[in-house]
Amino acid sequence: MLTLYGQELGSRMLLGTSRYPSPAILADAVRQAGTEVVTVSLRRETAGGRQGGAFFELIRELGVRVLPNTAGCYTVSEAVLTAKMAREVFGTNWIKLEVIGHHDTLQPDVFGLVEAARILAGEGFEVFPYTTDDLVVAERLVDAGCKVLMPWCAPIGSAMGPQNIAALRSMRAHFPDVPLIVDAGIGRPSHATTVMELGYDAVLLNTAVAGAGNPALMAAAFAKAIDAGRAAFEAGMLEPRDMAVPSTPIIGKAVFS
Amino acid sequence: MTYIVNGETLESSAKTLSELLLALEYEGDWLATAVNGELVHRGDRANHRLNDRDRIEILSPMKGG
Repeated sequence: MLTLYGQELGSRMLLGTSRYPSPAILADAVRQAGTEVVTVSLRRETAGGRQGGAFFELIRELGVRVLPNTAGCYTVSEAVLTAKMAREVFGTNWIKLEVIGHHDTLQPDVFGLVEAARILAGEGFEVFPYTTDDLVVAERLVDAGCKVLMPWCAPIGSAMGPQNIAALRSMRAHFPDVPLIVDAGIGRPSHATTVMELGYDAVLLNTAVAGAGNPALMAAAFAKAIDAGRAAFEAGMLEPRDMAVPSTPIIGKAVFS
Repeated sequence: MTYIVNGETLESSAKTLSELLLALEYEGDWLATAVNGELVHRGDRANHRLNDRDRIEILSPMKGG
């Protein structure tokens, strides 16, 4: 069972709600994945609030927990205000904290991230920081009050999959008791299996599902891949070795010559 | 008075944030509002008097990753 800020969750797959061909396909993907947490955002509303209202209603009908984000925020003050406005709308202390530092790579501004995390944790927020795989930054985030860490494994939306396995492994070893969620860069179910096999607690996906030819089918594929990786981690895997080891017993083998 | 609402400059006779939302036909319990970079809670909008050139943000739920 995965526990995030005291909430027990049966599914280890968190799903973004953006870029689906239609709201119906989004809903189908959420159901197929069995996900219990979806990410959402806040944006300026021009049509009297009705467009946002329709989306809000769809999310309510899905009956899942909501993790609002601060996507697109480039400064601490923007991220903090967006988080407060999200709490007003969604009625949750959970916040996926993004403080973006670079237009092209969308990598986090880790200095701003730590500062914003400290402010928000001090105001009662339960912060899910989108961060890099840097251990020192992760330490600072934990010091700031974060009880979950969400490192990328590759740039957002890139679908490249884990680019630095050693860093992910090191992070898992360094924070054995902090829930770790790979937040960005996953493209295929096998990528998700890989990070789950490393002992990561969960995966947050969006583009890999929403951009698939059949998003609902892909959501189901990811759910299986995540479960498989988790089960393998819990079962304990063999370490690779250089030389062959016969799997069939040698003792009792017939001698024909 | 002149207000900057979601980045757009407009004229309105509204004196409070509630009046402005009404005048601009915003409705629903899913909106979040901020004035000059500070959150204004839903329950405080009726008492929040606006000043000329105030910057007002009106946000609502949207898909996100």
